[in-house]
Amino acid sequence: MNLRLAHLYPKQMNIYGDRGNIISLRQRCWRRGISLEVEELDIGAPLDPERFDMAFIGGAQDREQQRVAQDLREVKGEALHLAAESGVVILAVCGGYQLMGHYYREAGGEELPGLGLLDIHTVHPGAQARRFIGNVVAEWRGMTVVGFENHGGRTFLGNGASPLAKIISGHGNNGKDRSEGAVRRNVFGTYLHGSLLPKNPRFADHLVTLALQRRHGDVQLEPLDDMVEEAAHQEAVRLATRRTLIRLGG
Amino acid sequence: MRRAAAVTAAGIAARLSRRLGAGGGTALPGLIAERIDPGIVRSLAGQMALGSVLVTGTNGKTTTSRLLRNIVAGAGMQPVANAEGSNMMRGIAAALAGAAGWRGDVRSPANRAGVFEVDEATLPLVAREVAPRAIVFTNLFRDQLDRYGEVDTVASLWQEAVRALPEGVIIVINGDDPSTASLGEHARGRVIVYGLDDPRASSAGIEHAADARWCRWCGAELGYTAVFYGHIGHWACDSCGSARPRPDVACVSATPAQDGMDCEFHTPAGEFAVTLPLQGLYNVYNALAAAAGGVALGLDNAVLRNGLAQSTAAFGRQERLLVQGRQVEIILAKNPAGLNQVLRTIRSNNPQMDVAFFLNDRVADGRDISWIWDVDFDLLAGKLRGLTVSGRRAWDMALRLKYAGLADAPRVEPSTKRALRIALGQTPEGETLYVIPTYTAMLEVRNVLGRWAGRGAFWQGESR
Repeated sequence: MNLRLAHLYPKQMNIYGDRGNIISLRQRCWRRGISLEVEELDIGAPLDPERFDMAFIGGAQDREQQRVAQDLREVKGEALHLAAESGVVILAVCGGYQLMGHYYREAGGEELPGLGLLDIHTVHPGAQARRFIGNVVAEWRGMTVVGFENHGGRTFLGNGASPLAKIISGHGNNGKDRSEGAVRRNVFGTYLHGSLLPKNPRFADHLVTLALQRRHGDVQLEPLDDMVEEAAHQEAVRLATRRTLIRLGG
Repeated sequence: MRRAAAVTAAGIAARLSRRLGAGGGTALPGLIAERIDPGIVRSLAGQMALGSVLVTGTNGKTTTSRLLRNIVAGAGMQPVANAEGSNMMRGIAAALAGAAGWRGDVRSPANRAGVFEVDEATLPLVAREVAPRAIVFTNLFRDQLDRYGEVDTVASLWQEAVRALPEGVIIVINGDDPSTASLGEHARGRVIVYGLDDPRASSAGIEHAADARWCRWCGAELGYTAVFYGHIGHWACDSCGSARPRPDVACVSATPAQDGMDCEFHTPAGEFAVTLPLQGLYNVYNALAAAAGGVALGLDNAVLRNGLAQSTAAFGRQERLLVQGRQVEIILAKNPAGLNQVLRTIRSNNPQMDVAFFLNDRVADGRDISWIWDVDFDLLAGKLRGLTVSGRRAWDMALRLKYAGLADAPRVEPSTKRALRIALGQTPEGETLYVIPTYTAMLEVRNVLGRWAGRGAFWQGESR
C-alpha cells in the first residue's frame, strides 16, 4: 500500500517543529510497510487535487503567513476545496489552522481572508492581549491528546465545524469555551504542536487510517510497539496537569 | 547615599547566597540593588572611564562575552562582566555593584571597561541605562518562542533600539546573518561588520533549522553561494539586490585542529593567525564577534590575538572534565541551529561516540520543546556506541531519537545523577562522554560532575 502527502509551504510554515508531524507519519507508515511519499509544495506550485491522499500545513510568523494566505487563495485554494470534498485528509496546525478558516482579523483590525475550508474565524484581540502559551491536554474521542500552544489569535467555531477536542488543561481555541481545534469531515485543524503527531500516536494512526480507507477500502492498521510514544504522551499529561490519571468524559 | 546602601546590600546578599549555596549570588544581589537604587546601573556604568560593550544575540553571547573579556583584560583594562550568564538588567546591576566600593562608587574607575552579555529582549532597556560604546549583535535564530512570541518580534525590537542610539555608539554586526546584517542601515554611527570568508567551510545546503531565508527588504527567497550553518552564510537577494555586506573583520581561513580551530583573521589593521582553543564553526563566529568588539574599542591585533589564543570555554560550553577516568565534555544545547552545529562538530571528531542528552522544559530552557524536531539528529546515525537520555522531557527526547533512527528504545533515566552514572559506566575508560544538556539541566549536570571530578560549583570557577 502507498500514500501520497502534500506538505504545503514547508519553507514558510515550519516554525514550531512542524517537521515532527511529517517524521511521525513517515515512521508510522514505514514501520507497517506502507510507503508514504511526501511532496513539498511551495509558493507558486500548483496542487493537483487527485494526486494526494493527505495534506499538511504548519504554522508561521505573521510576515510569512501573509504570503502564504495569498498563495492559498490564488494558487491552491480551489484544488484544496476539491481535495477536501473528495475526502483527502488535511491536517492544519496553528497558523495553518487559522488560514483554513474564513478570515484572520489582525491586532490592527485588518482582515486576512482565509480559505474557508473550516467554518471558523480567528480574531487577534489586540497587541496588549495575552498570548496563549503553554502545555495543553485535551480530550479527543475518549482519549487524551497533548501538545503545546503558542498563539495570539482567538478562534471561534461556526455551526459547520465541530471542536476537535475538549480542553482539560490549557487554553485551546479561544480560552472561553474549552474547545480545541476544529474538524469537518477529514479536515482537521488544531493549535497543538510539540510536535503533535509523534506523541499522539493514536491520533496519527487515525489520520493514516482515514487516508488508507479512502484509497483502499476497509483497512485496519496493525498495532506498533508504542512504548516510547506512550511514555512521552504520559509525561506530557503529567507535566501539564500534575496528575497521572485524567478523568475523561466530564 | 542611596547607591552606597544598594551596593552594600547587594554585597551582603551575594555573600549570603554564596554561603548558603543558593546559586552563586548572581541574580538576587542585583535585584536588591535595583530595588534600593533604581538608577544604579546608569550611574555606575557611567563611572567606568573606558565605557562598556554589550553583546546580544540568540547564540554565542556567553562565549563571545567571555572572549571579549579576555581581550579587554589582556589590554591592561579591568573588565566588569556578568560572567555567570545572568543576562537581564539585574545580572548587570549585580556585576556593577560587585565592582563598587563601600562608598557606592566603582573602584579604580579610570581603568574599568564593562563587557556585558545581554538578553535579546532586554537589550533596548539595557542600552538606554548603560549607554555603551558598542553593541555586538551575534545572530538571530528561533529560540524561546514561548517567551518572545516570534523571531520577528526580536528583530523589530533590535531595529528600534539601534535607531534610538546616539551617533557615538558603534554597532558591530554579523554580516553573514541577514537578520543582524540588516541592522546596519538603521545605525546612525559607525558600523563594523564581521564575517567568515572561507568558502571551504561551507556545508552542502541549508539546514532544517534555518529561519531567516527570506529577504528582510523585499520578502523574496534569498540565494546562498555558501552556507556555514543555519541561515548563516554568503547570501544575496536576486529580487531587490540586497546582499551580504563585505566584512571589516573577517576570518579568511578556518581549519579544524587538535582541540581547536586554526584561524587567520583580517582586521582593518592587518592580518594575524591564531589557534582558537574552541571547536566548531560557531566558535569561529564567536571569536570574530569578540575580535570585532575589540576593534570597536580601538584595540590592536596583538591584543586581539592573545586574548583569543588564551580563551577557555565558558561554563557549560565545551567544558572538559576528567571524571572516573573518562573525559567528559559538556556542551549546552539551546536551539536547533546551535545543536546542529554541536552534532556536526562532535561527529567529525569521532568514529564511535558516547552521548547523553538532558532535555528540560523549564522557563530558562524554553517551555516548548518542539524545537527538537527541527534538529538533524540523524547526523549521529551509525556513530553511537552509548546513548542515555534524561531530563524532565526525557521521553520526548527518546522518541525524537527513535524516529531519527538512532535507537528503537533509548535508555531513559529521569534522575540526573543516575543518568550520568549509567552514561559514564557505558563509556570505556579513556574515552570521551559527550553530555548535551539544555540550560537548567546543564546547571544540574555541572553540579554533579563537578563534585565527582572534585571541582567547585560553577560560580567559584569564575573570576570577577
